Amino acid sequence: MPTKTNRSVEAVSIKIENLHKSYGDTKVLHGVSFDVEPGQIFSLMGPSGSGKSVMLRQLIALEKPDEGSVLIDGLDAQDPKTRDAIRTALVFQSGALMNSMTVYDNLALYHREHRSLSERDIKAKIQSVTEALSIEAALKKIPAELSGGMRKRVAVARAIIMEPRLILYDEPTSELDPILAATTSELIATVCKETGATSLVVTHDRQLALGISNRVGLLLSGHLEFIGTPDEMRSSDDERVQEFLNPKLDLENPRFRKKENAL
Amino acid sequence: MNPLTKALDGVGACVLLFFQTVRYLPTLPRQWKSLLDQCLFMGYATLPLVVILSFFIGGVLALQFAYATVDIGLKEFIGTIVGLSMVLELAPVMTAVMVSGRIGSAVTAELASMKVYSEVDALRTMNISPERFLVLPRVVALMLVMPMLTIFSMVTGWVGGQVVSQMVDWIDLAPTAYYQSLTSAMTLSDIGKGLLKGQLFAIGIILISCVTGLRASGGPREIGAAVTKAVVVCIIYILVSDYFITHALF
Repeated sequence: MPTKTNRSVEAVSIKIENLHKSYGDTKVLHGVSFDVEPGQIFSLMGPSGSGKSVMLRQLIALEKPDEGSVLIDGLDAQDPKTRDAIRTALVFQSGALMNSMTVYDNLALYHREHRSLSERDIKAKIQSVTEALSIEAALKKIPAELSGGMRKRVAVARAIIMEPRLILYDEPTSELDPILAATTSELIATVCKETGATSLVVTHDRQLALGISNRVGLLLSGHLEFIGTPDEMRSSDDERVQEFLNPKLDLENPRFRKKENAL
Repeated sequence: MNPLTKALDGVGACVLLFFQTVRYLPTLPRQWKSLLDQCLFMGYATLPLVVILSFFIGGVLALQFAYATVDIGLKEFIGTIVGLSMVLELAPVMTAVMVSGRIGSAVTAELASMKVYSEVDALRTMNISPERFLVLPRVVALMLVMPMLTIFSMVTGWVGGQVVSQMVDWIDLAPTAYYQSLTSAMTLSDIGKGLLKGQLFAIGIILISCVTGLRASGGPREIGAAVTKAVVVCIIYILVSDYFITHALF
């Protein structure tokens, strides 16, 4: 777990209150509320389709919630001024790198467009970050030429280079092999430790969430069913929490049959 | 949404995108590389199509008019008819149709793909406006390229008409007579009207293409659907607005 050392940015707090979101008749979030302390790693776990990624989109103002509020350091996340005031980066599940640009140009994009650094400083920054993430060899390539793991690391690099106060990760270890998933988990913890940025990780990877987070939440069908420390989650006697953490294989009476019978 | 609401929603989105983009005009010098790329892509790639098509349109026009009038001794007016038809109608309209197919479809496909694969969302999360970064260079590039394409279309249409008038035995009209007839009836104002028409088509085409691309969602199938939709809407826009623009200009 990250300790408060070597801070380079001022971390922010997150306060989510009574968040509701629907798409047509489908209600995805049912009044979700939680807080994240500055500089902490908070992991939001849950099965696929539970509303985790939708939650992230409300947090970074890509979508408006139907009801409720998201406050980042006390500022409304939907207010365009908040984006100017608080640098926030989102590491997309797919990477979302600009496919028409080289990796170098992808990494330089933020500072070039905001004119926040000179070309020489951008180059130095990219060099230091890419060396740390072992992706120097990819700089001249375009994203389509990269492997899944490499693309994830480039996406993380693009986020770090922005020097954000808040980093959001959307399923950072999905589609990765166990070793690469562990490397990515270590990377997220190291980034949080070394930059001091608050991190919110949306994942269904138990090892990642319980291994590096200060606090974890479990979102099931749009309801936040559990929130606490990783130890509290492990020792929880809530059946749904244990079922999510340690699902038992029942070949005689599989889950999909139970669901079919219930219908 | 019913079709009328959909159409009004689309018009509103285009108008909104236009004003959002114009707001960023002062930042254009920062994007000169992207602007240059777009100008090259739009102009250089479309020019051969425009030239070939316009040459044959001019030729066919000369043939049709000669067929109808050669017996009554009006073949000297072929130049006037081809010249004015190309300048006032065919060059701007046919260039706009080709621009829709060649440029509009490519712009929609690129933006739709960026939208579907979250690249547009990534720009927004980096606080980079897609209207400035993606739309502005494309809008300005087409505004710069369209007059040139329209002029090329006019000139090659005239040449096509002249070549046919001279080479076809039963027309046999001398180039001097053809060009004399063409220039005597045409004024600079006519050329200006043709170019203005082209510009009004171009702004509509690029806004429709960008809006359709940026509104795409889903997967690869939706990218194809967005491209088809953009081209169809652009062609409808060209033909409907052509009537109203022509009515307003004369």
